[in-house]
Amino acid sequence: MSVRLLYKEGVLTARLSGEIDHHTSAEIREEIDETSQKLKPYCLRLDFTEVPFMDSSGIGLILGRIRLYKFWKGHVVLTGLSANVSKMVELSGIGSIAVIEKEAG
Amino acid sequence: MKPVNKVEFNFPSNSVNEGFARAAVSSFLAQLDPTVADLTDMKTAVSEAVTNAIVHGYRDNIGIVYITVKIFENGKAIVKVRDKGCGIPDIKQAMEPLYTTGGEERAGLGFAVMQSFCDSLRVTSKENKGTSVTLTKFFERKE
Repeated sequence: MSVRLLYKEGVLTARLSGEIDHHTSAEIREEIDETSQKLKPYCLRLDFTEVPFMDSSGIGLILGRIRLYKFWKGHVVLTGLSANVSKMVELSGIGSIAVIEKEAG
Repeated sequence: MKPVNKVEFNFPSNSVNEGFARAAVSSFLAQLDPTVADLTDMKTAVSEAVTNAIVHGYRDNIGIVYITVKIFENGKAIVKVRDKGCGIPDIKQAMEPLYTTGGEERAGLGFAVMQSFCDSLRVTSKENKGTSVTLTKFFERKE
């Protein structure tokens, strides 16, 4: 699992790569939160293009980041969802509190 | 009905083994020649069950997680994930979507995912004895 962070004009993009589960989500969370708390971006884009697998720990990860970004009135965008990740996101109903971009990028 | 094949394995409840457990089950089920979607569903359900054993069953200690996979001629697969951990005092409550004792970073969706990604889910538990989760799914053969 790896996370690449890119910051540009108030938007923090986190390019996630690898399988997301309870074990790997801890590491992702730490990396994203450290930079987020420093820069307080108005938007966090979680890019799942290179995530072949995600269980409900990924939903916990997204929910936690939505909660964090609320502290400075920021928001979270999900992008690059594969069929598997999409299915999990739909089941969770998270679409009502996060923006989902249909196109990857 | 007798299974046509079966595998059993166990491992200590270190979270790093979550990936191994679902990959091992998925690799064994490849014999059924499943579709990618069906296989991913079962992989996800197994990941949820194993995570529950690690996060909840053995929340205060490291214990052993036991997995049995049986496959049948008609394409049915049964995966049993067992722990000898603290058990679930109220299974009905634990199975409610969004209910969690795992803290802020847990979505409380584990059982909901197992239920919707498998054909049937059976949970038995005894306090201080452990929990057993049985996941059943019918795999349609790829044409």
